[in-house]
Amino acid sequence: MLTRRIIACLDVSAGRVVKGVQFVDLIDAGDPAALAMRHAAGGADEIVFLDITATHEKRALLLDAVRRAADRIFVPLTVGGGIRSLDDAMLVFDAGADKVSINSAALSRPELISEIGSRFGEQAVVVAIDGRRNSGSPESAQVYASGGRKATGLNVIEWAKQAEGRGAGEILLTSMDSDGTRNGFDCELTAAVSAVVQIPVIASGGAGNVGHFAEVFTRGRADAALAASIFHFGISDARSLKEELAAFGLPMRLPC
Amino acid sequence: MSAGKTVVIDYQTGNLNSACKSLRAVGADLLVTQRPEDLKNAARIVLPGVGHFASTERLTTSGIGDALRERVAEGVPFLGICVGLQWLFAGSAEASDTPGLGIFPEVCERFPGGIKSPHVGWNSLEPVGESRLLAGLPDSPYVYFTHSYRAPRINATTTVTNYGGAFSAVIEKDNWMAVQFHPEKSGAVGLKILENFLKVTPC
Repeated sequence: MLTRRIIACLDVSAGRVVKGVQFVDLIDAGDPAALAMRHAAGGADEIVFLDITATHEKRALLLDAVRRAADRIFVPLTVGGGIRSLDDAMLVFDAGADKVSINSAALSRPELISEIGSRFGEQAVVVAIDGRRNSGSPESAQVYASGGRKATGLNVIEWAKQAEGRGAGEILLTSMDSDGTRNGFDCELTAAVSAVVQIPVIASGGAGNVGHFAEVFTRGRADAALAASIFHFGISDARSLKEELAAFGLPMRLPC
Repeated sequence: MSAGKTVVIDYQTGNLNSACKSLRAVGADLLVTQRPEDLKNAARIVLPGVGHFASTERLTTSGIGDALRERVAEGVPFLGICVGLQWLFAGSAEASDTPGLGIFPEVCERFPGGIKSPHVGWNSLEPVGESRLLAGLPDSPYVYFTHSYRAPRINATTTVTNYGGAFSAVIEKDNWMAVQFHPEKSGAVGLKILENFLKVTPC
């Protein structure tokens, strides 16, 4: 049976992990490649590097981390953040990424989705959507660009459908309302997006406990969930999280 | 070129790098090539693949297909990955103008409606025959898939996966071997499968 995926996400700036899980016994807890290996060994189904480096000059540091990670991990590796063109994407793929995640650049130039897809395959293009609905309905949720700073006036559901139509392989949906709250994923918004696209939907934002993951996989109809900070609430690794979710009756890759 | 190399065919698919990395990780000595003449001294041949079936066009036009057919008939073990499995069939509904190699007469089809497609993620392998590639693995191991088209179950199918019905996850017929999933992205299970391929005795 196809399992639900737990994806470990690392925020990387200037080649260093700035947020996310800390492993006390790692000699260099800031090295993305070392952390990626640890997550893969800990049972994560995939790894995501999200580059939040502001300057272009620091890009080489990210690529070096991708290269070192890709040499040693054998689960899918997605790299997002700052990919604005096919050339940017090519550098990341050359370094060893399996997929790229694009956000603002796809909003300003949606053709980028199909450009990357036709060169590297649609499975390699993840379109990340940052959505906010305040207290409105899921159908009213709006898309934000530039790391959530800029309202686009686009509707989340419509943009997800358009991204699929242009050849996105997966949707990574972050609820800005839930992100950072630890009150749970936005299951309604995730379910609303999942219902209108055929491609997998990865839920992100708001996880505070194991039950939140169970909810987003059932009520939220998510195919995968991003776990950026699960270790902050007493779970030692993705394996433990998956074991608990399996006990809820969810299909998980175990043993892993 | 020295004898004993595992030749990886480069037809510019997205997973070439990761396929090579994982093969090297289990000890393969690789030659990556686009030229049919480089198949001459191959000890083993790997055809990676991911993405659109139409990308296999150049395998036929470059003469790789004919060279491959000859070499495998002479006893060189072959492993196709993802589109590299589908290409062994007569063709795929994904690109009806692009013929496959035709080792198997069936055609690959899209997943039926009513389920999400592409089929992305970790799914389990269910044996339906004796498999050399899965030797030594636990029952129903999980591997990573990403594809929108799938090959039907045929006599040479040794392992199926269920998603919108059973499809061929592993095919093994004489020296032709192929997997629909990505062993290069399937963790320890995937590495074991590649290691098994490197140990297969030609028949």
